[in-house]
Amino acid sequence: MRHGRYRFLAGAMLPPLLLYAVFVVSPYAQAFYLAFTDFNGVSSDVNLVGLDNFTRLWSDPLFLSALRHNALMLVVVPLVTIALALFFATSTRGGRLLRAYRVLYFFPQLLSVAIIAVLWQFVYTPNSGLLNGFLDRIGLSTLERSWLAEPRLALWCVMAAMVWSAVGFYVVLFAAAIESIPADITEAALIDGAGQFTLFWRITLPLVWDSVQVAFVYLGIVALDGFALVQIMTVGPGGPDNSTEVMGLSLYRNAFTYGKYGYASAMGVALFFLTLTLTVLMLRATRRERVEMA
Amino acid sequence: MHTHPTRRTLLIGAVAATALSACATSGADDDDTSAKGDATAENPLGAPQDAPLEVVVFKGGYGDQYAIEAGSVYKQRFPKTTVDHKGIQRVGEVLQPRFISDDPPDVVDNSGAGRLDLVTLVSSGKLTDLTELLDAPSLDDPSKKVRDTLMPGVVEEGTFGGKPVVLNYSSVLWGIWYSKPLFAKNGWTYPTTWAEMLTLCDQIKKSGIAPWTWQGKFPEYMNDPLISLAAKAGGHELVKSVDNLEPGIWKSPSMLAAADAIYQLAAHGFILPGSEALSHTEAQNAWSKGQAAFIPCGSWLEGEQQQVTPAGFDMVLGTAPSLTASDKLPNGAVMAASSESFLVPAKAKNARGGLEYLRILFSQKVARGFAQNSKALPVVAGATDGLTLTSGLASTAQTAKAAGENMFGYRFRTWYPPLGKALDDATGELLTKRLTPDRWAERVQKAADAVAADSSVTKQKR
Repeated sequence: MRHGRYRFLAGAMLPPLLLYAVFVVSPYAQAFYLAFTDFNGVSSDVNLVGLDNFTRLWSDPLFLSALRHNALMLVVVPLVTIALALFFATSTRGGRLLRAYRVLYFFPQLLSVAIIAVLWQFVYTPNSGLLNGFLDRIGLSTLERSWLAEPRLALWCVMAAMVWSAVGFYVVLFAAAIESIPADITEAALIDGAGQFTLFWRITLPLVWDSVQVAFVYLGIVALDGFALVQIMTVGPGGPDNSTEVMGLSLYRNAFTYGKYGYASAMGVALFFLTLTLTVLMLRATRRERVEMA
Repeated sequence: MHTHPTRRTLLIGAVAATALSACATSGADDDDTSAKGDATAENPLGAPQDAPLEVVVFKGGYGDQYAIEAGSVYKQRFPKTTVDHKGIQRVGEVLQPRFISDDPPDVVDNSGAGRLDLVTLVSSGKLTDLTELLDAPSLDDPSKKVRDTLMPGVVEEGTFGGKPVVLNYSSVLWGIWYSKPLFAKNGWTYPTTWAEMLTLCDQIKKSGIAPWTWQGKFPEYMNDPLISLAAKAGGHELVKSVDNLEPGIWKSPSMLAAADAIYQLAAHGFILPGSEALSHTEAQNAWSKGQAAFIPCGSWLEGEQQQVTPAGFDMVLGTAPSLTASDKLPNGAVMAASSESFLVPAKAKNARGGLEYLRILFSQKVARGFAQNSKALPVVAGATDGLTLTSGLASTAQTAKAAGENMFGYRFRTWYPPLGKALDDATGELLTKRLTPDRWAERVQKAADAVAADSSVTKQKR
């Protein structure tokens, strides 16, 4: 009987694994190979060019500025998102109504990135946009501006949309983690005279640290991408004057508008190793002593 | 979280990877067995009588009715064949693997978002030389070659490295658009010089309407009037020098004067506030609602705005006013280019049939149908004569006729996309006054020099 079961399991597993190998693993492997070639996308006459594509990367001003923008996003997006999510998760703890409110935070998660980008474009649009309209209503019309057309602001506007779309998921994640903290621990702390702030800093945060760590890794990956939002929302796209250029966009442009598939693959490979390194580093950096809960 | 790859998954991955690693680039064997028929007066290109013909057409704003019609004429002329017509979007993604494996269709309209990069196709030798088609007698008048039935510039625009490889079907003119009744009502006349333009803008601004708006999210829209002004001042030589990446051309007096002319619109506050962040739809709708008097655009504007244009708006196309007193091109000269790039792949199984199909496509009958159904100007000369046209299309056709030989078109955007991008970025900054015309010229020149110095870019000459 057992044999039959394994055979059945293997039979069920093999087709999806094969599909995965063909449609996911093999393109990845090909991208690594293409990164060392001058593939132009249509010709099968492909020459190996060694490390040429990679050396070009480091003297490509557009790619380097994209790298800087991704780095800034990598610092800002995870920190702000996690801080906000922790705040919302703790402040919606009491009462049924407040809990129901959490559902609202989760809504952006149900929308596709493309829809989020289009919505936020309407928020920022200068003459009939939500943001300028709101500023006008509350008498701050001096603050109105063409948000996405100012090089100093555009990237921050994109990051705001990114945080907005991500925060809901982590509210739910953290809320669940906080819920699982045994009530007697919090009660004991309260009896010992801990205030709300101490309670959060000394009890809640250490006990949900595992979730926070995971959030850092996920959000780091989100911050290294940002392609879809930038492509749909921004001037240019990637502008004004390349102030919102991200690596994903450079890659896309080189492959699909310039026909430099080899060079674009090199960018992809660089991005792959960057993401991998950062994930490892983040896991290392946020490693704390694990608190065992009985 | 912890999904360590097991030895088995690794093995499968490795095997699959080696088996498929050459997939994206693996070619097909070279067989040149293109079907051939006997050339006769009726069939000058020698299309085979019975070989099937596969046509892949971009089905975008113009639809694909005209291509279907050409197919049915082909079928009438060669009753024993079948015509496989496919009207699709994202032509590049669909056809890329077929070009790599040298199994392409017989005719392709390589247009729309996600089309294949033309220069790449040419440099990889994937296209058939169309000289034979151009020298063949035209369908309507056998005493006239196909070449002589087309509008000026069309053949040149499809020529790469001395070989014509692409023929564009739809002629696009670029200019500055306005509503005729709005101007009549206010007693405004379309300016003939840029100085007059600025005076008129002042007048328009006083009446409470913004003189200009533009599609700021995609700055290339404003490049068109800018480089049109420069071409009028500097003539055909300037256009050629720009395309040939001649040193210092972006800093030449004509180019600088053009950049300054456009800059003056921003400096005088003649542009609808916020335009720099408006998408093409938002800006064009603001213009259609009468919030601004002028907008730069190509001749597809009327079709694009069909749904939102109020009745009696009657948009017309104006050509770029003259920039200096000593302009090399006369008034009425207009920037023109064509789109809907028809080509016959080099490895097409029925390349002769493909050429014959194009001969039919570029005939008067099909072209007139295109003008009527697609509301656009076909490149076949005289195809719109005697048709009742909408306001915008009529003004486009009239402008094309009036310009005659004084049509110009830049090619650097197709040849060197990175230069196009650098120009877009700089023009966006110019229109927001973050760059002065001098700094603008410096930046674009630097980008042009970088392209000229890049050994990995195939250079074109005209």
